[in-house]
Amino acid sequence: MANYHQPDEHGHYGPYGGRFVAETLVPALDELQAAYAAAGQDPEFRAELHSELRQFVGRPNPLYHAARISQELGGAQIYLKREDLNHTGAHKINNAVGQALLARRMGKRRLIAETGAGQHGVATATVATRYGMECTVFMGADDIQRQSSNVYRMRLLGAEVVAVDSGTRTLKDALNEALREWVTRVEDTFYVIGTVAGPHPYPAMVRDFHRVIGDEARAQCLEQTGSLPAACIACVGGGSNAIGLFAAFIDDPEVRLIGVEAGGLGLASGKHAAPLNSGRPGVLHGNRTYLMEDGNGQILPTHSISAGLDYPGVGPEHAYLKDSGRAEYVVATDEEALAAFHTLSRREGIIPALETAHALAYAFKIAPQMRRDQSIVINLSGRGDKDIHTVAALEGIVL
Amino acid sequence: MSRLATRFAQMEGRTALIPFVTAGDPSPAATVPILHALVAAGADIIELGVPFSDPMADGPTIQRANERALSKGVHLRQVLTWVAQFREQNQHTPIVLMGYLNPIEAMGVEDFAREAAAAGVDGTIIVDLTPEEGQHESTVLRAAGIDPIFLLAPTSGSERVAAVRRLGAGFVYYVSLRGITGAVQRDWQEVLGRVRQLREALGLPVAIGFGIRDAATARLLARGGADAVVIGSALVERLAEATDVDTAVELAHAFLTPVAAALAEPTQVSA
Repeated sequence: MANYHQPDEHGHYGPYGGRFVAETLVPALDELQAAYAAAGQDPEFRAELHSELRQFVGRPNPLYHAARISQELGGAQIYLKREDLNHTGAHKINNAVGQALLARRMGKRRLIAETGAGQHGVATATVATRYGMECTVFMGADDIQRQSSNVYRMRLLGAEVVAVDSGTRTLKDALNEALREWVTRVEDTFYVIGTVAGPHPYPAMVRDFHRVIGDEARAQCLEQTGSLPAACIACVGGGSNAIGLFAAFIDDPEVRLIGVEAGGLGLASGKHAAPLNSGRPGVLHGNRTYLMEDGNGQILPTHSISAGLDYPGVGPEHAYLKDSGRAEYVVATDEEALAAFHTLSRREGIIPALETAHALAYAFKIAPQMRRDQSIVINLSGRGDKDIHTVAALEGIVL
Repeated sequence: MSRLATRFAQMEGRTALIPFVTAGDPSPAATVPILHALVAAGADIIELGVPFSDPMADGPTIQRANERALSKGVHLRQVLTWVAQFREQNQHTPIVLMGYLNPIEAMGVEDFAREAAAAGVDGTIIVDLTPEEGQHESTVLRAAGIDPIFLLAPTSGSERVAAVRRLGAGFVYYVSLRGITGAVQRDWQEVLGRVRQLREALGLPVAIGFGIRDAATARLLARGGADAVVIGSALVERLAEATDVDTAVELAHAFLTPVAAALAEPTQVSA
């Protein structure tokens, strides 16, 4: 797939993507698209973004050779792209910084965001404070219950957290509510979408802000191992950390790109969040992509041990990469993710996010079948501190 | 001539009244009787909402109506059977389905167009389908005899108006405010001015929706020369109180009657 160039000028990735929104949002998206295009051409904007990523986020982060675990698996060498070492503890901040700088450039003084597990909400609240903006985060009422420490973090950072009580009271409903809020206050408000979904230009813009992950990892891998990895692996909910890693390798046909969806209790159970593995194309949240829906086109509730993967859709570029065969999409179950969570904690001294643990689980599965001189780059998209209550509760421990 | 075009031709300068209800709310059994009650109370056209799990352009009232309908298993094919039942007794009141694209895509747009036309549906307002993305759907719908009705907003520029002129039919739905259904509009004179421009540019009737909650507002818009007004959230809110079919029918009738009366008053101007 040399010279990969997606999306087209209307935000289409083959049949996917696009802009499926109410008319009231179209002018706001046009304004955003024009501002983003102009910013991309502006050396000053690029320099400021670069500087913020260094000084505030802490980039570049390491590509870490997990030697102990590689030895134990007895196959491919495991390399971890340490997005968990970014400020706020996950990859989400790359995009939040980018969009906040764009918002400031557009003269907006208020940021809004949706959040599931709370990581994107925390990242947005953080950059809002950093740039002196107001911030409102929409979060499903059920997620607020499940992720109370992140709710408190957002409030500590000065953000208002609004409980969304409609639909399934989770991430997808928070996204609906943020879109409603945006259309109502578009003059002064910038909507910071946290994943590579939503209407054009969001999927492309969020990918571009995360591409730094792949660019760094590619250069580091070449420097440290002398060659490209045999595979890049990342977890996929909406798919922002995966696309950020994949983007730099799409034109390297020898590198396998593997996205790992949340298999929940297993695909057969129906209790999962794996639209690329068991959904079908449809339209939700402004784009056409694979969705988990019933036969009547109603969006289905999802299940995953990790709130960050608990989403019934997926970024349209992943849908395109799946159909084109350039990337593979597999699943890891709750149980497999949990085992990988413990393995990494105990072997490498790194507690990964439960989302990330899905990618680790699949990597641990295929590494032993690979040669020792091959390497696998895994996007260690976030740290697991936020998940210790969940994991403890599963073990019957009350913290 | 389509049922919608015939209806607008019959209005002779009066403002058409378009009530909106969500299909299957407050109960599946109530929908067809409510449609008849709305006609009896003076509805000229009816907008029937197709429930969707993620109604991103709707305010809390219609969100809740969607949730109530979905919790009773309401789906698009069932909504079409209700339209067909309504048509057994009423062949002249146009029915426009309003909803989101995904349930239609799940059915297949070709199958949907054929079955909806057979059931007696006259038009569709697909909230999240813009003219840019909706060229194929519009062609298929028109070929089946269904008018694709597009939304325009205060912020829509001239190129978007041109796109709607190219693809739209029946009427155009003017979203009177930046916001969601059920919100509050304050400057109706500005809305009316914009609607007059649009009618001229489009050569289609322009219905005003979002923010019309009572007879007084409907009267104001009628006097200002509106082609049609849509009244939705306020009616849906009232119907939510109904515990049985008879009550729902009474509430629908009682709600719409004064609005229809306000529109029937002689208007001062005709442009």
